[in-house]
Amino acid sequence: MQTATPAKTVDPSGGFSRSSLGSLLIWGLVLGVLAWSWQGAEIRPMALIGDSANMAEFAAGFFPPNFADWRIHVSEMIVTVQIAIWGTVLAVVCAVPFGLLSSSNIAPAWIYQPVRRLMDAARAINEMVFAMLFIVAVGLGPFAGVLALWVHTTGILAKLFSEAVEAIDPQPVEGIRATGANVLEEIVYGVIPQVMPLWVSYTLYRFESNVRSASVVGMVGAGGIGVTLYDVIRSFDYAQTCAVMLIIIAFVTVIDLISARIRKTLM
Amino acid sequence: MHAIHVSGLTKTFGSRRALDDVSLTIAPGEMVALIGASGSGKSTLLRHLSGFVAGDCGEICICGEAVQNGGRIARNVRDLRSHIGFIFQQFNLVGRLTLLTNVLTGQLHRIPTHRSLLRIFTRKERDLGLQALAEVGMERYAFQRASTLSGGQQQRAAIARALVQGAKVVLADEPIASLDPESSRKVMEILARVNREHGCAVLVSLHQVDVALRYCPRVVAMRDGRVVYDGPAAGLSPEFLKDLYCCDPEAASAGAPPAGAPEPVALPLAA
Repeated sequence: MQTATPAKTVDPSGGFSRSSLGSLLIWGLVLGVLAWSWQGAEIRPMALIGDSANMAEFAAGFFPPNFADWRIHVSEMIVTVQIAIWGTVLAVVCAVPFGLLSSSNIAPAWIYQPVRRLMDAARAINEMVFAMLFIVAVGLGPFAGVLALWVHTTGILAKLFSEAVEAIDPQPVEGIRATGANVLEEIVYGVIPQVMPLWVSYTLYRFESNVRSASVVGMVGAGGIGVTLYDVIRSFDYAQTCAVMLIIIAFVTVIDLISARIRKTLM
Repeated sequence: MHAIHVSGLTKTFGSRRALDDVSLTIAPGEMVALIGASGSGKSTLLRHLSGFVAGDCGEICICGEAVQNGGRIARNVRDLRSHIGFIFQQFNLVGRLTLLTNVLTGQLHRIPTHRSLLRIFTRKERDLGLQALAEVGMERYAFQRASTLSGGQQQRAAIARALVQGAKVVLADEPIASLDPESSRKVMEILARVNREHGCAVLVSLHQVDVALRYCPRVVAMRDGRVVYDGPAAGLSPEFLKDLYCCDPEAASAGAPPAGAPEPVALPLAA
């Protein structure tokens, strides 16, 4: 009691009491946002309990999985991986120049600022949206999926690539410059060797993500396993849905493991 | 024609005069030491000579061609740099490239860009690189990554890079400041041989006066951005040297390489 009183008299208006008031305000705000979103999202936990019989029946419909059409599903899954491969490769080809042009230690501000904004735009729009747009342009099918992944992934990789470039050691670059090399040679000999391990690692990581994304862009008609998945869900064929999901999980897991292994040896 | 000709070079960083009306002439085939305390302007002068930094006023010519004049760097500075071998305190090799590739970058200025960007070198070009590595005693390590080698070995490879370049002028910025005594001796001897056998003019900034006196017949001393002595090494009196390093006691104790703090380097690639 006696020790606490002087502390308050030293700073009666601020310090302790003000910060506790502030944190109370923040907590109130957080709870307010949660309550507000609860309403908007129409969260009804009672439905889970009330409809538990439905849920059980629904879940039971998934088992046993129906692998009758596994050949078709696997071949569609391979198409999905092929979409991801080309979406990623085209993105890397574009992300290298765009990444370099959005690095502040390579390009002047009047170049890297607009390029960065362009890449922001490519990244901001989800690949599903791009897929729907490209379907209009090139028709239904895997190619629309490739284009969608290409644009979106270019935006992501360009940002990651340029962050790696901005973190390089400038001294070796100056060493190359001192020999009379031109700007492109400075980049090829001084910059690229330094960022290569990170670039490869980012690319593999995006390839993993793109296999997952490619299985979704199919849902809007852009080819691959997504088309099949959409069909079986819409026809309430949950045993087949389960089989398709298991095939996706198996492929994604294997690809993740392989690329994790490659990235580990690179770092 | 002079190998290096500087007249009236001045540079201010903020309110500090880094270079104050520096004039200097070095003939082809000379070996000159540049001495002075930390912050006396040695590095700054060398960086101006190869056109990394533009001065405020004054002129610099290398082999008779202007690198910069009145604060403007020449348009063809990249061509001019190919005549200048620059040896850095931190070697500035690319760690993830092999020693040979690092050395081969010395001839990028002679190779058409479409080939250099694909890193395609002809047999003849590779042989030139290997020959240069042999000259500095590093041919055994030609296919090792530069980062796996010691400082002294990297510095010798950096000299090989300047040899491949076919440089007529070699500028060395504290080349032995981060090396042990034995590596320092080897590097200095190679520099002296480059001067002797290839006829390169060598301007080497050094922190250790004894090394400067041993290898260089001529010494240029700087203090607060000004040239305060330019003449034969024999003409330096102990009193003068004591005075030169008055604010830098660690360098006065000859032999011990001080941890020379490199000056901050801003490096926009588009320069």
